[in-house]
Amino acid sequence: MQAQLTAKDIACRRVERLLFKGLSLDCAPGDALQVAGANGVGKSSLLRILAGLLRPFAGEVSSTGAIGLVDERLALDANQPLGKALAFWERLDGCSDPGRALEVLQLEPLLDVPVRYLSTGQKKRAALARLLNRNCPVWLLDEPLNGLDTQAQKSVEALVALHCGGGGIAVVASHQPFAVPGGKALAIEDYAA
Amino acid sequence: MSAALALLRRDLSLLMPGGSGGGVLPLLFFLAVAMLYPFAVGPDAQLLARTGGGVIWVAALLAAILPLEKLVTDDLEAGVFDQLALRNVSEELAMAIRLLAHWLAFAPLLLVATLPAAALLGLDEATTRTVLLGLLAGTPGLAAVGLAVAALTASMRGGAALAGLMVIPLAVPILIFGAGALSRPDTSGILFTAAISLGLCALAPFAAAAAIRAAREN
Repeated sequence: MQAQLTAKDIACRRVERLLFKGLSLDCAPGDALQVAGANGVGKSSLLRILAGLLRPFAGEVSSTGAIGLVDERLALDANQPLGKALAFWERLDGCSDPGRALEVLQLEPLLDVPVRYLSTGQKKRAALARLLNRNCPVWLLDEPLNGLDTQAQKSVEALVALHCGGGGIAVVASHQPFAVPGGKALAIEDYAA
Repeated sequence: MSAALALLRRDLSLLMPGGSGGGVLPLLFFLAVAMLYPFAVGPDAQLLARTGGGVIWVAALLAAILPLEKLVTDDLEAGVFDQLALRNVSEELAMAIRLLAHWLAFAPLLLVATLPAAALLGLDEATTRTVLLGLLAGTPGLAAVGLAVAALTASMRGGAALAGLMVIPLAVPILIFGAGALSRPDTSGILFTAAISLGLCALAPFAAAAAIRAAREN
């Protein structure tokens, strides 16, 4: 897969406040980037801009390859059992082997549990399973470690490493240390307006 | 095409009575109005037969407002539309499918419930038929108005109550022609209702999609 993610000189404004400006990044296949910064500095907004869900106030974003986003919004129906909620996205993404992601993220025992009863960490793992099932080259992860126990945190880091090793791109916004392959980091504070 | 089918399947499972989000509440509400009206105006059979058709129309309009609260808000808050956008599923398609599912979830049952309601109000056969045909022509329009308004108010606090208020004036043309058909010997009123419905159904997915995209900027 030929993945590419480029942002040129972008600025972000949220409700009359300029969060950052002059931010550029360039990710080639295999690149991983950790976006660091304090709360409210614009990490999530940057990911949403990169995903094309938010228009940048200035600058340009371009990407090749499908983009997968995992953020704090689960996009799984709260009242449905996890298996059924995930099945919708599997059908949409044409996923042929959903079992692998469930196994890696240890979700198999939870398939009958309605999504609203899942814990924070279990919900996060469910969102990651949807990402894995989609098999897309560009990953945008917003606080992927929130609510995860130490073991699950390690396996998420391993998943990102595996993804980048296979030529994928990962941009990880996290206020906690996240071991990305290559160890590239971007501090949004450097671009604060 | 497969995306549209997957969406329709999901929307129906959420909206249909017995599904996780929907319910038979609008239907019970509709029947309750038809049941209460004779108690309120007295057992004058002639009066009931003359005004009953209009009462059914008003009850149907109000029942169509009840499911609006969950129609768009939950998915917007859960980020479903964001995930769909990342998969190149346009908001317009998602909203067109939701319009279809919303109509399927409330209109056919409402038409069935019209029969006992008509019996409770003592409507004759011809009037009942006109009411049924009128509702068949008008409910797609009610669903379309409801969807567009639900999407517009989805990101607001207290949006559901506001949605109910906003639907009423927009639904007035449907009510005027649909219920107006009861007092005319020909079917022109029903045809007009159908025409308004078609227009609204064509516009609503675009209006609702624009509202969802606008909500991302907040």
